[in-house]
Amino acid sequence: MIVPTEWALMLSAVLFAIGVIGVLVRRNVIVIFMAIELMLNAVNLSFVALARARGAVDGQVVVFFVMTVAAAEAAVGLAIIIASFRNRTTVNADELALLRG
Amino acid sequence: MEQLLLPAIDWLAVLPVGLTSILGLVLLALGLFVDDDETLGWITLIGLAVTAVATACLAGQKSITFNGTFALDAYALFFDLLFLVAGIVVVLMSMTYLEGTGIPSGDYYGLLAFAIAGMIVMASATDLIVVFLGLEIMSISVYVLAGAWRTQLRSNEAAMKYFLLGAFATGFLLYGIALVYGATGAFRLDRIATAVGDTPNRTMLIAGVAMLIIAFGFKVAAVPFHMWTPDVYEGAPTTVTALMAVAVKAAGFAAFVRVFLHGFGGLHADWSMLLWVIAALTMTVGNVLALAQRNVKRMLAYSSIAHAGYILVALVASGAAGGTAALFYLLVYSFMTLGAFGVVAALGSVGEPNETLDDYAGIGFRRPLLGVTMTIFMLSLTGIPPLAGFAGKFYVFTAAIREGYYVLAVIGVLNSAISSAYYVRVLIAMYLTPGAEEHGRVARQPYLLTSIVVSAVMTVVVGVFPALWMQLARFGFLSL
Repeated sequence: MIVPTEWALMLSAVLFAIGVIGVLVRRNVIVIFMAIELMLNAVNLSFVALARARGAVDGQVVVFFVMTVAAAEAAVGLAIIIASFRNRTTVNADELALLRG
Repeated sequence: MEQLLLPAIDWLAVLPVGLTSILGLVLLALGLFVDDDETLGWITLIGLAVTAVATACLAGQKSITFNGTFALDAYALFFDLLFLVAGIVVVLMSMTYLEGTGIPSGDYYGLLAFAIAGMIVMASATDLIVVFLGLEIMSISVYVLAGAWRTQLRSNEAAMKYFLLGAFATGFLLYGIALVYGATGAFRLDRIATAVGDTPNRTMLIAGVAMLIIAFGFKVAAVPFHMWTPDVYEGAPTTVTALMAVAVKAAGFAAFVRVFLHGFGGLHADWSMLLWVIAALTMTVGNVLALAQRNVKRMLAYSSIAHAGYILVALVASGAAGGTAALFYLLVYSFMTLGAFGVVAALGSVGEPNETLDDYAGIGFRRPLLGVTMTIFMLSLTGIPPLAGFAGKFYVFTAAIREGYYVLAVIGVLNSAISSAYYVRVLIAMYLTPGAEEHGRVARQPYLLTSIVVSAVMTVVVGVFPALWMQLARFGFLSL
């Protein structure tokens, strides 16, 4: 059976929403980062589904760009998290409250 | 066997971004061998200056290459030069600022060059995917730059917040691109522009455009997507803050204006309503919250939010007048903001940021050069003639009135009046508050002072002779 495009888009929207809620609700920066990755991969699903529906390949190629950029972002992001963890031994976003006005 | 055909590529179009990227690679490698920070700074300066001259020589060229995804036009060149000049000023500041911070300057200058390369890609991109790539090249470099001062808790925290919110915004940008692709079947702006009129999937298209507004709103620090701005601007090293407030914001607007006025020009009636509200909120919230700040660096962060609001007014007005005003305002805003952050950097030292209003007491008499230049920047940011800030606001509000956005123009003018309160408070602190006795000798800051003087001269020159610069902005915008 062929999955209708609408289903894939619906799933993608739900995953994206879960990601957004995760970013807003969770306090551990690693988990927040995982939620962001979930958002990006939800979008990838949309790209693939839409490209298949149109019979075009460009939407699928975009996924490679997104994955590459997400990998670069993960490398930098985890480095930043580690640099911060070294100085204050916490990955809780609420405790990162030095700057507040 | 099927042949793989490469499209014809105009290599001149990628000259600015190519040179900047090579500069970045060279600096990263040199950073391993050269210990002298000043030498590395000079190499960056010369590299950026050569790129700027080469970019200026491309004036008058117009081509779209890489299968219609990368443009060389006056619009791109205008922004390329703006980024490169801002980069040069930031490098001058950094050559003094980095002393004693322990920030490895090879990495720092290399990332600065990569960030500028990403901005240039954003200004030239005529395809949503290329916009995304440029945005990420820039953002990832700036995430690291914000955290470059690794031993400082403030810098760590700024990098963390900027990274998380930036990556969050990237998610919205991509979802927006996906929805626009779903509705129009295109990534290229020219194809989107022809497809927006008769798409069967209008809801999807509007949702995509809204997502893109959220994403760009994060990048240019528009309310209600501004929460990260004060914390990140305050925590990052001051030179990086200057880069973020000026070049990163300008790059965000470069892509914002091109995508919305070129790609989604046919939907102006739909998105201008949303941007109207965002522009009014951005100006008001930025200015009102700036009133409450005692820390000058943080106050300038809120001021940069407010100024993003003025530029959004120009974007809402749209048309030739609005687009030109937006470009001109970015030019004006860049120099006065670079200068103001330069003064903040000049007054601080390692371990002593000296950023609160109390630290500014009596500075006008103790450091006369900083006092005079800061007066120029503050009055220009307020919008007092004949300084550049006045010309910028004049063109923006004129454009808004010409297009019939009277209420927005009135909100803007009222906000300018509010803003004078906190800008003038800096001057009061510098000249009318008795300062503490001088503690120790003032460090020599030749490069930093040069960058401040250059910014001050440009602020005055653009303000006194706005016509020439306005002409440049018009050329830039009309080449879209």
